[in-house]
Amino acid sequence: MNLKHLISMRDLSRADIHQILDTASSFKDVLKRDIKKVPALRGKTVVNLFYEPSTRTRTSFEIAEKRLSTDVVNFAVSSSSVTKGESLFDTIKNIEAYGVDFVVVRHASSGVPNFIAEHMDVSVINAGDGMNEHPTQALLDAFTIRDHKGSFEGLEVAIVGDIIHSRVARSDMIGLLMLGSQVRFVGPPTLLPPQPPPGVRMYYSLEEGLTGVDVIIMLRIQMERMNKSFFPTTADYFSHWGLTKERLARARKDAIVMHPGPMNRGIEISSDVADGPQNVILQQVTNGLAVRMSVLYHLSGGEYHA
Amino acid sequence: MPKKLYIQNGHIVDPSQNLDGPGDILVEDGTIVSVDVSSAKSRTKARPAPGEAHVFDAAGMYVVPGFIDMHVHLREPGFEHKETIETGTKAAVKGGFTSVCCMPNTSPVNDSHVVTGFILNRAAETAVCRVFPIGSITKGQRGEELAEIGCMHDAGCVGFSDDGKTVMNSLIMRRALEYAKAFGSILISHAEDSVLAEDGVMNEGSASAHFGLRGIPAAAEEVIVARDIILAQMTGGKVHIAHVSAKGSVELIRRAKKDGVNITAETCPHYFTLTDMAVAGFNTAARVNPPLRSDEDVAAMKAGLADGTIDAIATDHAPHHRDDKLVEFDKAMSGISGLETALALSLQLVRDGVLTMSQLIAAMSCAPARILGLPLGTLSAGAPADVTVFDPKPCWTVDSQQLISKGRNTPFHGMTVQGLPVMTIVGGNIAYSL
Repeated sequence: MNLKHLISMRDLSRADIHQILDTASSFKDVLKRDIKKVPALRGKTVVNLFYEPSTRTRTSFEIAEKRLSTDVVNFAVSSSSVTKGESLFDTIKNIEAYGVDFVVVRHASSGVPNFIAEHMDVSVINAGDGMNEHPTQALLDAFTIRDHKGSFEGLEVAIVGDIIHSRVARSDMIGLLMLGSQVRFVGPPTLLPPQPPPGVRMYYSLEEGLTGVDVIIMLRIQMERMNKSFFPTTADYFSHWGLTKERLARARKDAIVMHPGPMNRGIEISSDVADGPQNVILQQVTNGLAVRMSVLYHLSGGEYHA
Repeated sequence: MPKKLYIQNGHIVDPSQNLDGPGDILVEDGTIVSVDVSSAKSRTKARPAPGEAHVFDAAGMYVVPGFIDMHVHLREPGFEHKETIETGTKAAVKGGFTSVCCMPNTSPVNDSHVVTGFILNRAAETAVCRVFPIGSITKGQRGEELAEIGCMHDAGCVGFSDDGKTVMNSLIMRRALEYAKAFGSILISHAEDSVLAEDGVMNEGSASAHFGLRGIPAAAEEVIVARDIILAQMTGGKVHIAHVSAKGSVELIRRAKKDGVNITAETCPHYFTLTDMAVAGFNTAARVNPPLRSDEDVAAMKAGLADGTIDAIATDHAPHHRDDKLVEFDKAMSGISGLETALALSLQLVRDGVLTMSQLIAAMSCAPARILGLPLGTLSAGAPADVTVFDPKPCWTVDSQQLISKGRNTPFHGMTVQGLPVMTIVGGNIAYSL
């Protein structure tokens, strides 16, 4: 795999994805060891450039980077020159002048990772850009699905909730379609695309959308969507699109329930499902570390053998 | 230097006189003296003696009434780092335009006769083509109270617009349409429901879904076009729809014209040349408002120009500084620097058989003159000698760094286009020559 950046799931072939997941499996074994650190990326420097508040993704990347022995610099935007009005262009040119190897970037505007890759000589990893993509989340979701289901061919996957604003939904869709799964979008019409993307079926009814599925990916519902009239109240939302035990029963018996976090219990998911036997939400978190280690490893040339 | 200018052997196209064929033009004292479309033999006899006139041989070229761009942003006063009246008009004459109408979203806004006077004074000092200011409809373009439409009309404004913004308050728009009737003035509507457009950055559709960018639905334009048609019908005022981009708008305007509503419309070269796929790679040069739309909309622009639903081609020349575009797509300013590419892009419509050459010249010259009531857009004897000579043949590659305009923001960079202005004559003076 000769890859410099991971900006979009479209950057990857089906074989690339499987290779990243295979390597992630090896790293997952490393994470179970007493000493969890490998020297694979010793001497390399990563800047975590987070323009949006993020605890989980940033922490996950930072742990993954440290497990690979990279030097990690967190560029916290609130305390940086950005708040003094510096442009993105000037900020990244400054970071480039430090001579770093990787930039892991999260930004509220779609396309910022492309902008950085165009103007800066580093490997760029997209940790979420606007409503565009979040490829490492899609890879860790794929890892988790493969872990439970063995393969992707013919699997029915329902992605439920705020689809149009969700970079997770978009990257999951691109990846899962490429891997041979069937993808469904489920949610209120205000939060679904006006037309289903090629290869995707859309459902307004959660009951119908969940019938017979193997995998359910729940998305976080943001409160600001309510203030902008995408739905009237959280109660109205939950009564129609909240994942309850009864609705979960429509899915296959061995269906797994996923969520990228952070969850809103009682809004998109009930506690008995969130904590129930079919949930794999915390496994996703652990898998995220292994997958991000794998991505960094492959982008740096992938010469070390764990 | 002889005071006479004689342009011979060109292909004259002047829709105002139904001329379309070889001929010669004699210009003297800034005025068209005569257009001779008789046989080559008889023209040879009538030619001025050597030394009597400056003679230009336009064999193989078109000689047409000077182009009038009824929609440009010259950025002066206030944003001289983006463009000035001088640089903008230099770009205009290079593009074959002899007149431009500058939109009022300067700083300060052209919402009073004082600013109008400033613009006209600067134009007298620095412009190389005619400059006709457009005043704002409301004070500060805030959409709340009427600006001094009457005084600005007296000072030289040829139309009124809050371009860049929509007059969202329908009552204000109604009053403006009524008040402007007293001066015979036209209102130019920037049609976009800002609430419906929300914080979108490109056309809403499969492309926005593909790129993960927030969309602006075509409906945001169409609902305001529909409203302004209804208000024009109700008030009897004159309304011109700026930069039409959506198929639904074309259909609404077509019906309104059939119903006898006092409405005209323009579109821009980018709306009949590019689709929303041009933003691929988050290319901020393709960010423009209204946004580039779908294949269907592009086809509707062509059909609208062909059947006369859309009267005019304007550029919406919107120069920006590099720093305004070298940012996140969400933060990038909207606009395309369009004066220098307009002719070549529009000639493609003739090569593709969408328009006749005569229809194209009408859309770029006669129609804007008619809509704004300017005594231009014609080569008839006695008219001001605003003449454009262009060669339809040369192919050239657009290079943003070669633009005369300060605004190098063009999504056509690297595209090979065909057709080039050779000479632009404003009031009998050669303002540009290749």
